[in-house]
Amino acid sequence: MEKMTQEQAKTIANMLRKRSLWMIHYCTGCGAMELPPTMTSRYDMERLGLAPYVTSRQADILLITGYLNVKTLRRVITVYEQMLDPKYVIGFGSCAINGGVYWDSYAVIKQLDRYIPSDLYIAGCMPRPEAVISAFKHLMELIDSGKANGYERYKRNLAYYKENQRKVLG
Amino acid sequence: MVKIVLLAIFMPIFTFTVGLSFMMIKRKIVARIQRRYGPPIIQPLYDILKLLSKKDNISHGVIFSLGPIIAIAGSILTIFFIPIPGLHLMTGSGDLIALLYIMAIGSLGMALGAGDAANPNASIGISRALTLMFGYDLPLVIIVIAVILHYHTTDLSAIVAAQSNGHWALWSLPLSAIVGFVVTYGAMGEHPFDIVTAPHEVATGPMVEYGGKHLAFLMINHAFHIYIEIALFVDLFLGGASNIVIFYIKMFAVFFIMMMFDEVLPRFKIDDAVRFYWKWPTVVALISLIIVLVK
Repeated sequence: MEKMTQEQAKTIANMLRKRSLWMIHYCTGCGAMELPPTMTSRYDMERLGLAPYVTSRQADILLITGYLNVKTLRRVITVYEQMLDPKYVIGFGSCAINGGVYWDSYAVIKQLDRYIPSDLYIAGCMPRPEAVISAFKHLMELIDSGKANGYERYKRNLAYYKENQRKVLG
Repeated sequence: MVKIVLLAIFMPIFTFTVGLSFMMIKRKIVARIQRRYGPPIIQPLYDILKLLSKKDNISHGVIFSLGPIIAIAGSILTIFFIPIPGLHLMTGSGDLIALLYIMAIGSLGMALGAGDAANPNASIGISRALTLMFGYDLPLVIIVIAVILHYHTTDLSAIVAAQSNGHWALWSLPLSAIVGFVVTYGAMGEHPFDIVTAPHEVATGPMVEYGGKHLAFLMINHAFHIYIEIALFVDLFLGGASNIVIFYIKMFAVFFIMMMFDEVLPRFKIDDAVRFYWKWPTVVALISLIIVLVK
């Protein structure tokens, strides 16, 4: 009986979380260019309950917009660890997936998922606002079905992530 | 006794509902002015419930966690003193001057919490909030004195009663009413007076370190705050109301006019805001006070 109630509470919480996602306005690369049109009148992401917020304490989604420098990775990890659970990460553009055009650069992180857990990737260079909106919708479905559990993976495999982070950050 | 307890429970709920409905409508109005579709109408409720369902809660100290609660407690205490038609709880025991003091508790609660956050943005934000309060309190006190002298009473419900049958203070004290509107507008923190929370400058100011349940409490306090400011203006200058529905309509009219200004204005710097308040609203308020004294 108690388990049932907990399950129901989780379902209700997930339903609320997917309807109100706040994204932190922290831009790592050129992908941030596609966010203003997504926010403003043309594509209007606020109709889905998404809103840009300015501090890591208030936000739910961290967007890694484009390439991620080794230098920026340190800040991204700080921001990610400051955010409150449950939190979600979206890898934005092909740079976050495999390095993109910076595949052979010494200063760019190739695979985002080795350093912080990513719930979702958007392919493309650059992904257009339609792709961004559809990614947000997909994230909502994942949250609703309880599959967007990157923050739990980060806690469970903390040693693995810390090890990888130490390798590049030194 | 039972009636008092029931009222004490009912009034914050009623007030929160009114304030929340304004928050809901505001986001839709803003969206339509910007030619957007806008969020679902109950989006602020989703936001508050989501923040309450957050798993962990960062605290920087006891006062940091107490700050939002002090702010809400101050707001609820203020609500008891503002007469709503049919709901009089403590309106007889305190007067307008006491109300002005109690209204400051909410901001001071925020100041305590933000001070404990140890974030420079929070300190800048709260110093801006208190400076802005310093700015608009001067004309506010002058117009309150003008209203008191005009009606020969400091009792807010007596002032409301004197304005019944359409003898609004808006008609008998038009200059004070205009200043009252500007002061209420500044206290609401709408453009161009959103210096306190300016996201692009100080990253939401006092709220910068708040997240999760704390932020939910601050949003609830914001709903109370909207209600307090507008209800006081309606009671002072628009003659209160004979029932709740008319009271709500009057409040909504004031809020709607404010939204129209809010969407087209840029932002003041803090020194410009104080200079503005100590120049035009103060001069006009003094003129209205002199008119009341001469009559």
